[in-house]
Amino acid sequence: MDQKIVLFTILGMTVVTYLPRVLPVWLLSSRSLPPVVVAWLRHVPVAVLAAMLLPSLVAQEGQLALNVDNLFLWAALPTFLVAWKSNGIFAPVLVGMALMAAARYFLGM
Amino acid sequence: MDDLVSRESVKLGDSWAEGLRLAFPVMLGYIPVGFAFGVLAQKFGLSPLNALLMSLLVYAGSSQYIAIGLLAASAPWLSVVFTTFVVNLRMMLMSAALSPFLRAWSKPELALFAQQLTDETFAVHATQFAAAPPEKRTVFIINMGAQASWVLGTWLGLLGGQLVPNVEQFGLDYALPALFIALLLMQIKNRVQVAVAIATGLLSVGLLLLGMDQWNVIVAALIGATAGVVMESWTKK
Repeated sequence: MDQKIVLFTILGMTVVTYLPRVLPVWLLSSRSLPPVVVAWLRHVPVAVLAAMLLPSLVAQEGQLALNVDNLFLWAALPTFLVAWKSNGIFAPVLVGMALMAAARYFLGM
Repeated sequence: MDDLVSRESVKLGDSWAEGLRLAFPVMLGYIPVGFAFGVLAQKFGLSPLNALLMSLLVYAGSSQYIAIGLLAASAPWLSVVFTTFVVNLRMMLMSAALSPFLRAWSKPELALFAQQLTDETFAVHATQFAAAPPEKRTVFIINMGAQASWVLGTWLGLLGGQLVPNVEQFGLDYALPALFIALLLMQIKNRVQVAVAIATGLLSVGLLLLGMDQWNVIVAALIGATAGVVMESWTKK
């Protein structure tokens, strides 16, 4: 692998990743936006988080994986409950990790 | 005077504690995922310096994994850059969504903030900003901690994947999904948002299964947020 080409690629990746990161906040934060846009932006966090989370739980390598050995999915149910009850981030993260570790240890998965 | 100083220092301590408290779960997730990236980058033939530079400059997990796979398969650099662009286009939505909260920030602060914006830091900030105006120090502690742990994880992975036990054994690979579950729930305050979350999640899965594996997140989120505005206008009538 030619490391100079890799470096070149990394710089290109940096630019195309930085632009969508910086342009919206740079251009929009100093402007007053129409109410409908503000309303739309308020829905973006929930929409983006759900769009990223659900595939990571129910799909593996582009295929639906509702099988019993998809631990990511089954550990999500108690993690969800703990998150709901605790309304914090610590407890669900620790419970989720502990469940994964325990499932792998006891089920040998 | 004394009172003022002590009150100020309490506040300083608070923003540090708050920043570290919020950064911790992200860091817990970033170190092992960064570690795995470091191991793989080396295996795929990246020089350690390039692997570290990628984690520092690009700093976007899933696109880094895709990129090293493509590079190892001798894909042309332009196609690697284009794929990265598509995969990371979702950042536009996150950057836009946080912009109304950052009106008082200077351009250099925004430029630095944007460089450190990731899925996870976005999720943390969006949850925090909805509850209280952003505290700059807290925000940057979270961002610096997250980025440092990503680069540190990469570096540890480069040092030697074989020397360290399997991270899955400790469930560390579940830190980020669990964090997402928690942050999504904290964002949801009403029925419209429940509907948006379910519909967008299902749409994203559907698009993924149809083979849109790089577009599913942004397309689903655009449609989901729009549906949210439409549903809101129904409930108001």
